[in-house]
Parts: sequence; C-alpha cells; structure tokens
Amino acid sequence: MCSLALFPPPLPSGQTTLCESNNELLSGTSTEDRPKQVRFTAAVITTLCVFCRTAFLDHSETLWMRSAAAWRDGGLTGLLTEITNSHTEVPKWLSVSSGCTLALLRWISSFHGSLFPHLTLSSEDMIAEFSQVLNWSDCVVRAFSWHPHTDKFAVALLDDSIKIYNPKSATTPTLKHRLQRSVAAVQWKPLCASALAVACQNCLLVWHVDPCSLSTRPSSGCAQVLSHPGHSPVTSIAWSPSGSLLVSASPVDTAVMVWDVAAESCVPLQRLGGGGVTFLSWSPDGSHVLASTPSTLFRVWETRMWTCERWPCVKGRCQSGCWSPDGSRLLFTVQGETVIYALTFTDAPGSRLYSVFIHASGDELIMLDLSASVGGEIQSLSWDPRGERLAVLLKGDPQAVDRPAIIAVFKTRTNPIFELLPCGFVQGEPGAEPRLMQFHPNFQHGALLTVCWSTGRITHVPFYFLSTGVPHFGLSGSPLLPRLQERPSAFANQSLFTELIS
Amino acid sequence: RAAASIAWAVLLLPPITAVFIILSRFSFLHPIHTISVIPTIACSKIALLGQLLHPRQFVSSVVHCIMGIIVAWCCAITIGGRYETLGYPCIQSDGSPQMCLNEYQLILLLAGAFVGFSHSLLGVIHNMNYVSFHTVQQYKYLRFKGSLPLVVKCSAIQALYSIRNYIVVYFFLGYIPRAWICKTLNLHLTSSAHPLDSIAGLLDLSLFYHLWISATFLLFTWYITLLLFRIFVTEVYSFPVQSSFTEDAHQCLPKVLLTDKQPMILKFLALQDLALLSQHSPSRRCEVFSLSQPGGHPHNWNAISGECLSLLADLTQRLVAYHDTVATNGRAKSLSTGSERKTSSETSGIPVSPLTAPFTPDLDSPFASPALRRLTAPVEQCSPWHGTVQSPHIMRRAPKLWSTSTGERRLMEDRSLRSNKHCRIQFELNRAVKNFLAKRVLIMYLFNKLPEASSQALFADSQAHIWALEGLSYLVQASFSEDHFGVVQTALPSILSCMLVLQEAVDRHFKLPHASSKPVRSTSSIGDSTYKTLRFALRATLKTAIYRITTTFGDHLNAVQMSAEHRKRLQQFLEYKE
Repeated sequence: MCSLALFPPPLPSGQTTLCESNNELLSGTSTEDRPKQVRFTAAVITTLCVFCRTAFLDHSETLWMRSAAAWRDGGLTGLLTEITNSHTEVPKWLSVSSGCTLALLRWISSFHGSLFPHLTLSSEDMIAEFSQVLNWSDCVVRAFSWHPHTDKFAVALLDDSIKIYNPKSATTPTLKHRLQRSVAAVQWKPLCASALAVACQNCLLVWHVDPCSLSTRPSSGCAQVLSHPGHSPVTSIAWSPSGSLLVSASPVDTAVMVWDVAAESCVPLQRLGGGGVTFLSWSPDGSHVLASTPSTLFRVWETRMWTCERWPCVKGRCQSGCWSPDGSRLLFTVQGETVIYALTFTDAPGSRLYSVFIHASGDELIMLDLSASVGGEIQSLSWDPRGERLAVLLKGDPQAVDRPAIIAVFKTRTNPIFELLPCGFVQGEPGAEPRLMQFHPNFQHGALLTVCWSTGRITHVPFYFLSTGVPHFGLSGSPLLPRLQERPSAFANQSLFTELIS
Repeated sequence: RAAASIAWAVLLLPPITAVFIILSRFSFLHPIHTISVIPTIACSKIALLGQLLHPRQFVSSVVHCIMGIIVAWCCAITIGGRYETLGYPCIQSDGSPQMCLNEYQLILLLAGAFVGFSHSLLGVIHNMNYVSFHTVQQYKYLRFKGSLPLVVKCSAIQALYSIRNYIVVYFFLGYIPRAWICKTLNLHLTSSAHPLDSIAGLLDLSLFYHLWISATFLLFTWYITLLLFRIFVTEVYSFPVQSSFTEDAHQCLPKVLLTDKQPMILKFLALQDLALLSQHSPSRRCEVFSLSQPGGHPHNWNAISGECLSLLADLTQRLVAYHDTVATNGRAKSLSTGSERKTSSETSGIPVSPLTAPFTPDLDSPFASPALRRLTAPVEQCSPWHGTVQSPHIMRRAPKLWSTSTGERRLMEDRSLRSNKHCRIQFELNRAVKNFLAKRVLIMYLFNKLPEASSQALFADSQAHIWALEGLSYLVQASFSEDHFGVVQTALPSILSCMLVLQEAVDRHFKLPHASSKPVRSTSSIGDSTYKTLRFALRATLKTAIYRITTTFGDHLNAVQMSAEHRKRLQQFLEYKE
C-alpha cells in the first residue's frame, strides 16, 4: 500500500515543476527566473488561441434545409423537434403529430434511461462525462496525441480544429472538417507516418496528413469518414499496436466497433449489459483491450479470437486504465473511489490477481501544506512506455478552494515484483489546472510527460533517469543517457523541447 | 437379325458410356465450384451481360425459380385460407359445376419464381458467390449471432424490392401465365371474382403482406445458407509447419502454399494461417525459423518466403504491365491484355499461376468468344507481343513480362512474323469495323470500360498479397529476437527490394484516374463488397509492412545491401516521411 502521505509536500504557490533530475523533482518560480541550466530542459510553452464557436443555427434557412440538417445531426428525434418547433411554417397536423411522436419517443427513452441514466445526457455532456480530460467542456485543449514514432503531436482545440506541430517542419497544418465536432480523442496510427484518427460527435474521421506536404489546410478530401448507425458520440478510440485495426466506443452503443480503416468496414462486437462502452485502451503488446462501460462493469477483450472477460466493480464505473509495457498488468481506477487497482494477466488462464494497490487518500485527507492539500478522485492514469513512471491525474475538489487538481507521479517497477514508490507532484503556474496528460512514446533520456493546462498551455516535463534494464518495446537500441555536465548542450539540440510555438 | 441387333448394341455402347460419363461428372451445385474466394469482376457492361446470359447462369436461374415455386407452395399451404389450392369448384353462369382457377395461389407461386430468378440475377451482379475473409477472427457461433440481424434486415428489404417489381410485372404481363395455366390444367376463370392484374386487385394490403412475408422467408433461408457456408469455409485452419512423418508432409504449410493444383481456397487458408502464426504464436514461428535436421537447411523459411515473394512479384508485374498499357494507349485495356496473356501462356505451356487466372475475364462465356475478343480489341492481335514492333518502349518492357519463357517467346515471334501480313490486313479491317461501331451509342455503352472495374480486377485476389505481406513482415520483425540461425537475414535484401518495388508500382497505380476513387458503401446487401476496397487495404498493409521492418531494424538496415534508389526510398521510411 502506497499513500500520498509518503509524497514530498507539494510546491508552494508560484512554483512550477520543471523536471526530474538526480532522483528529485526540480522546480522554479516562473519562466524568467529559471536557472539557465534548467531553462533548456524544461520546456516549453505553447500558447494556443481560442476561437469562438458559432453556436447558433441560422434561422433564415428554409424549413427543408433546417430539417435536413436536423436529420443529419440529431436523427429522427432532431427532425421531429425541428418540425415541432417550426409550427408556423408547417401544416398543423404535421406539427401536432410530430409532437405526439416525439413525446412517445421521449417516454420510451426515459424508461430506457431509467435503466441507464447516462442515455438521457446530451451528446456533449456525455463526452464531458466520460472523457479522460478533466472538465472537457470548457477545456481549450480537448485532445492530445504524440506520434508513436516521431517528435510530432496533434492537438484538438475547443473550436473543433486540430493542429499538428512538428519541430522539424515550418508548417503547422490545421485540420478542419464539416463533421469534426466535439472532438473527444485523437490518436496517430502506429507504423504509419500520416494517419490520424479523430473521435467526433457523429462519426470517426481518419485524416491522412502527408508529412512532406507544405499545405497548412489539408482539404477535407484527406479525411476518411467512418460511421455506423447508432454509434455516436464516439468517446474513445484505440489503434492496435500493429496498426492494422482501430477500435471505437460510444456510450450509447453496446457494441465495440473494430474497424478495418482501409476497407472502411467494421465488425461490431456486441455484448449486452453495461449500456455502452466509454473507454478503450489497447495493451502495448496488442493482446488485450480494456473496454469500460457506464455501469459498474468493465470488460477485457482478448484480441486473438475476440472473446471477453467481464469484471464487475463494486462501487462505480471504471474511469480510466493503463497497461504495463509488456501487457501483463492492467492498472485501473473506479469512479467514486480513490484507489488504483491492478490486474495481472499471466499465461495460465484463471490465475488472475485482483489486488488493491494504491490508496490515493480519500477521507483521511492528508494536510501537507497550509495552502494546498491534495487528493481526491482519479481522472486518468498514464504509464510511461518503459514502465518506470506512472502519472495520476487527481480531480481535486471543485468546491474546496485549497484542493486543486494535481498530478501525482509514482516511480514504478514491474520486475521482479510490482512496486510503486512516491516520486512527487507536478504543478503548473498559479491558477493553472492540469487537464490532460500523456507520456512521450519514445523519449531517449527517461520519460517525458506532456501536460495540457486549463490556461491553454502545453508543457513538457522531462524525467531523467537511468532505465533499470527493463527490455523495452520498439527495439530502437539502448537509450543515450546524457551525463550531467553535458546536459545543457544536449538539451539545446533537442529542438522540440526548447521551441516556442506561438 | 440377331447379328444386327448385337452389332447395334455394340455400336451404341460408346455413346451410352459417354453420356454416363458426362452425367457422372456433372455434380449438382457443388459449392466449391459455385463459390470462389476471388471475385469475378466484369470490366464492361457487355462482360456483365455475358455473365448473366451464360448457360451455367441459366441453369442456376431455372433451379432457383423451381426452388422458389416449391417454397412459395409450402408458404401457401401454411398460410392456408384463400391460398390453399390452385383450383376450386365453382358454378358457372349456366349452372354447371366445374373447377375454377384460384388466382391467389397462382400469384404466390409466381412470386416465388420471380424472387428466385431475381435472386440468382442479383447474385451475379453483386458477386454473391464471392467469399471474403474477415480481418477479425471470431468463433463461429458469435460470428453467426452477429450477422443474423443483418441477414434479417437484408432479406426483408430485398424481398420488398422484389415484390414491388413483381407486382409491376404481374400487372402488365400477368394474364400470360394465367391463361397458360388455365389451358394446361383445364381450369376456368370465374367472371364474378375480378382478376388480380388490375389496380383494384393488386391494391390488396393483405395480399401484399403475404407476398412480402413469403419472399422474405424464401430469401432468408437462402441467405442463412450462404452465411453459414461463408462462416464455415473461412474458419481459420491451422496447418502444421512441419511434420515428423513423411506421409503428412503434403499437409504442411509450406507444401500447401506451394502447390497450385488444389482449390484456391486452400491456398488462401494457408496464407491466412501464415499471417496469424507469424503474428500470434512464437512456438510455430520457431518452427519456421528452424533448420532441417540432417543437412541444416532452412527449408521451411525458404519455401514460405519464396512463395510470398513470388506472389508479390507477380502483383508488381501485373501492375507494371497494366500501367504501361494505359500509358501507351491512354486508356485501359486490361481485358484484352489479360486474355492475351492467358491464351499465349497456355500455348507456350508455362505453368501460369492460378492467381492470375481470375484476373482475366470469364473467357468461356459466349460473349467472350474469340470473335468478340477480336472485335473489342483489334489492335492486340497485331500488338508488340506478337512481334510487330510499334513502339520501342513496349519492346523494352516485353522481356520483363516474359522473363520465364524467352525461348518460347522467340518461337511465338517467328510464328507471328510469318502471319504478319495477314495480321496487317486484319488490323485495317478491324479498325474500320471499330470506327463504324463506335458511332452507335448502344454499342459504345455496352463496350465501354466501367471506370473502376479494371482497377478492381487487378486487385481481385489481393487478399492473398495482404496476407503474404503481413506474414513476411511479422516474421521479419520476430526474427530480430527469435531467429537464432540468421535464416531471415539472407532474405532481407530481397524482401525489402520486393516490397519497395511493389510500393512504387502501387503508388503509380493510384495516380491513375479512377484508381483512388472510393466505391459507394452499401450496407443493405448480403453480397460481399470487400473486393471493391481491396486495393486500399493492400496499399495500407504494404506501407505498414515496410514500416514494421524499418522500425524493428532501425539503423541496422544501413548494413543491408540494396540499390541506391531503394536506399533513398527506405530512408524516407526511416524518417517517417512516407
């Protein structure tokens, strides 16, 4: 049992976590005051513009156009609502009958919704509820994804555009599409340079962004649209590590869709129970997929014959999960609990370990500092690709001023036994709240945690350490570890982490 | 007289035996013959028409009609009521009792025949005898359960369309079968009941419902059969990689991959198994990398990699040949090229890979007779392949196509040079005929290429190539840590160059018009349209396969020998710029 009580105290206000070096987290007050040596290492700050979205439908359009748009966006219910609302333009019998049908539909769906309360939510609320991003609806950065092989990343913004940043190229392509709304997740296709899957409100988009192209606005012809009736909004996507399949999940659809993207065909894996699928995570070795549902149940699919195991939770739904690099261990968290559970998958079937691991402080909240106390429910988990650092995004308490959301980082070891040691807290500037985090998939000198803050900044926090010799996937040879004296120059060459993108 | 009778008996014996042999060879609706893993793609309207009017198709339509009538009759009996019998006793106006025709049963029986007929026609148009393999492996029961709603939906919708068409046909032509039935069965028409081929008669909702439900039932049984057949045929079969007993050797994976005599489905199953074993089972991979016990040769790996590489090289050749014909003539002529290749390779006696055979259109259809082929593609008879040099560009490429049979080709060239004069006259004549025909709109409509079809036909069997690519790339990836004897290392240059050449050919192909246009997705059809997107799947798999090798080996690839052009190309992959 590891508790946050063992952690070093959080930083006083005004201090920002810069990096981990020599087994301790270094901090600084602001960008200007940073010691020169650390200044290169830490990084970088991306300020992103926020655009205002056009939230209203133009009512000067004809009824026919509006109905078509309503049919496209909201299906039958949307169409009926539109007809009922524009009762001045349609014949009376039509508006009355559509009103009655709508009432009947609502009555049926409310009955259905009493079984699965999440079905009564609007699709935006549903995405916000099940997203891995903290407070998704007002978050400037709605989704983030590192490319699995190169130093580029995609950022989905509040205005439904996606930007791709690449330190090696001068252009920053902006992806916009008519159907790209309420982006819940983005992910790059492994073993491919160009394909980016985007989970949208009504469909899935797969962009093909040519890395050599100089165009800043790839046309919407570069995007494949994958949709299946009843499979929206899409809240989670996951590529198979071999790059051949894409799975997608929607909280209103009980089936997990397995897409063959090139052929644009899908196989629904239907299992009743749970009321939908909210979060998917593919294990790095490709053998298992975690699929959590809105009810107190999650499934682990085996990807050879696509059979699944049911795992009932006691208290709430499975909120987040992550896999160890060798795919043998699954960490997951349950909503309403402040505990991280671990599941161990061994080759022999039936020998599953289901153990309680970390108690991330709940009622026995530990006051660590006069100004700041930590703890709370867990929003998301992220494990670095070597399996040595585990980042946990804690929700904090929105009511209590002194309990902000915070990222706690653990040192982990998987061999010979699974171990967790406290590392420290990652904090941003005053007033900035962490919303989203992801580890860089192949950072040479240790681990690199990218954090998106509520202010719209994206910072990279490097953790420098010597790998304990866990053979890591990717087979790109042993990492070059810089010696301490060489550090400034070494980091100056790492253009990605010093560049200032405006 | 006795002698004459005996002589006659002896004389009649051979024809009777011949008839017996023919009848014994004729297997009724043998599923392996009717179902194929490679779709037949009609490259023009006329080829589709040829498929539809093929005698085999005619027999199948008749069988479907009869089955439709039988099922409809069963439905009529089950529904009962007014549908139960074909005739009923009635009193004519003059008071004499006689049998009258019950038109309700007749309309139901004819509906069964019509639905059967349209099912068999749509089967050809939608390539319903094509079996595709799923990318996701599932147990049979789960797959069946998952597809069941689609089958129900498809049969209901298809039945609706068929019945709609049937009612229109019956409205206009219904009196013909009615009169015929009345005449043959000596039934009478009642004057009191109004005939059903009128608007009032057909506006009977209950009749429409019964017709629709019977048609749905009929189509549902057929679709279920088809679905079960597909599920059972495409189930993964695990071939042993090597066997310790020599009598089982022909069942081993390398042997099954190499032999071409077996039905195509076996080769596909073997390739699928290869792709899966390379991905999922380390123990079987180990067998692939192993050395033979006396001698120490990597026979398994050599056989598997050799077959995969030859498959890929075959596709590359096909693409290059197609691209060159398009480039020289400005338009596609895959139909003629294909048939040309088939006929000439048959004459020269090269064992042509069966994978290329389906690429050629259905040659035994009556519309693809030699006369027609000459008509559609007059130039080819005198084309460079037969020796008349028209463009040095094509001549330069020719050895590539015929690399395996240079001697045979020379022989054919001699022969064609002799017939050169005759050929030229024929060429002139054909051009005149063609110019004349080109002015007729209908002919042009029938003979014009369907834009995407030639591209689809090129990649019709690409599922095999996809598996070959996956199998090879996963094996190469695994060899980085699992191959203790270094058997894969020796083949690495050839594998890389083969993939890069194919990549180049595929890239060039996708620059052609219509090659990269997406087909319309149809969800409400039981016919499998996977073959329409195989070329996209192949392109994606090819890129992923090369990336899989480059990410695994990284900078070690610099030590691999290859041409400067390929190295440049590979560098693009190493930098993730493809």
